Amino acid sequence: MRKFLVFTQKEFYHIFRDRWTMIILLVLPILMILMFGFAISTEIKSARFAVYDPSHDLATQKITNKIQSSEYFTLETYLSDPAQIEKVFQKGEISLVVVYSENFYQNIVQTGEAQILLIADGTDPNTASTLVTYVSRLVAAYQVEQMGASGLPPYQIQTEVKLLYNPTLKGAYTTVPGVMGLILMLICAMMTSVSIAREKEFGTMEVILVSPMPPLLIILSKVIPYFTISIVNYLTILALGVYALDVPVVGSFMLLTMLSQLFIFVSLALGLLISSIVNTQIAALLGSVMGLMLPAVLLSGLMFPIENMPLFLQILAQIVPAKWFIAAVKNVMIMGLGVESILRELAVLGTMAVVLIAVSFKKFKIRLD
Amino acid sequence: MKVIEAHDLTKRFGNFTAVDAITFEVVKGEIFGFLGANGAGKTTAMRMLCGLSKPTSGIGKVAGFDIQKDPEKIKKNIGYMSQKFALYEDLKVWENLRLFGGIYGVPAKEINQRIDSLLQTLGFTTEKNTMVKSLPLGWKQKLAFSAAIFHEPKIVFLDEPTGGVDPAARRQFWELIYDAADRGITVFVTTHYMDEAEYCDRVSIMVDGRIDALDSPTNLKEKYKVQSMDEVFFQLARGAKAKE
Repeated sequence: MRKFLVFTQKEFYHIFRDRWTMIILLVLPILMILMFGFAISTEIKSARFAVYDPSHDLATQKITNKIQSSEYFTLETYLSDPAQIEKVFQKGEISLVVVYSENFYQNIVQTGEAQILLIADGTDPNTASTLVTYVSRLVAAYQVEQMGASGLPPYQIQTEVKLLYNPTLKGAYTTVPGVMGLILMLICAMMTSVSIAREKEFGTMEVILVSPMPPLLIILSKVIPYFTISIVNYLTILALGVYALDVPVVGSFMLLTMLSQLFIFVSLALGLLISSIVNTQIAALLGSVMGLMLPAVLLSGLMFPIENMPLFLQILAQIVPAKWFIAAVKNVMIMGLGVESILRELAVLGTMAVVLIAVSFKKFKIRLD
Repeated sequence: MKVIEAHDLTKRFGNFTAVDAITFEVVKGEIFGFLGANGAGKTTAMRMLCGLSKPTSGIGKVAGFDIQKDPEKIKKNIGYMSQKFALYEDLKVWENLRLFGGIYGVPAKEINQRIDSLLQTLGFTTEKNTMVKSLPLGWKQKLAFSAAIFHEPKIVFLDEPTGGVDPAARRQFWELIYDAADRGITVFVTTHYMDEAEYCDRVSIMVDGRIDALDSPTNLKEKYKVQSMDEVFFQLARGAKAKE
């Protein structure tokens, strides 16, 4: 037991005495969550839009006012000619054009039908679809108001997108679970694999392996410091999410914590696996960035929706642990669902943890052949 | 008393035979030099004896235990200093010593005492709190050796311990080896510095995985009718080349 304590203490010395390790472990997570949360926000504020309104009647005025008065849109200009539409897009000043059909109000009253055409810049599909969704919702809201006021028949403008749980499309709602997955993966897998590879590179691993220190203890004492720091990071991210980004923990905190610990185990095991394959720090670093970080960013659904990927990538995404973790965190943290909603994710992550730990322990050679 | 025995110890990597049926014995308190050119197989042979590498065939015994069956018991009885200078650079001098003392199960009470007396012997007392990375290489090597024998093992294995330092520093290092041998610690040392070979009680010379000569430096020089170990080595190495 004393062997183990001495060895773990040494591991903490390595961490606390290296400025860059400390920065990566403690400062980077905070920067990442704030960056993703504020700077790289997917929500849109004060998007400038133009209106082409041949009708210019009561209804179109009201709808335009409604759009304009929302915090997301600023009315840039009225267009007098449909030919101008393309020009304003080309100038890049406008991200959305609202086009009303002719005799808008009259048509509503007489036929119960009127059209609005929303034109957005498709070169940025995310922004475009967000803007279109916003406006559709505003139009729908107007429609409801009118029904209440005058009992007019409903218009044939329907919004089919439902925005549950994230009514204002707040970016942070997807960011916090995603960044949590990324950071835990980064700290556990990358730092563990690099720290073991460093001992191989410097030759100290050889000396340790010649010693009577059991391999299980070597691994444990390598892993425990990073496990501890990961828990600290997990709490930090959660606190920043709640207090700085206004993303509440709707579901059970205990469940979320247990889920995160499971994910940490998976990441640690991946780190051990990488370090059992490579012999240098730089290889460990590359291995964890290319093999873990990139898939976690690209294939976890954090940045790009998995459903839109080609089949091959969809299949590949299934083996990315972060994908399961992020999905489960969303269920628990954002939607407030209970354990029964994430059984599948728990099972997948649990299986991954068991398999990976078994494999990496087997591969961690006591004899260095 | 024999503390190391090897009988036909062999290690093959695929088609390449790194260690080819070597047989030798080392007795207690002896300083045994394990010589050979780079790639002759000395490090591989030593790693087998330390339990870092599994022999392909043959028998090896260290401190009375079989290297195949009881590697864990062997580990408690040996010290090891690797080719790469292997202390933790970001730990202080005394932290390194405490770490290795702890790993080898030296009682906590004794550790501090031993560290102090050791540093005094080495004349290192002022460097107790120095980070190892700021020490000169010669000092680091002495410290690494002291860490390797901190738990007073029966045998210490040194893999080219004095690489990269000048003959004066090597001589100082060998003072420590003599001290250890006087205390009854058997020293098994690989080297390719022939001045070091002269310091050993007996040396073996490996050529192409085989032990081609094994005797005291004096006897070897007589046998090959030369003045120095350098020349003995040269003759054996030339033999290896002639065969190719």
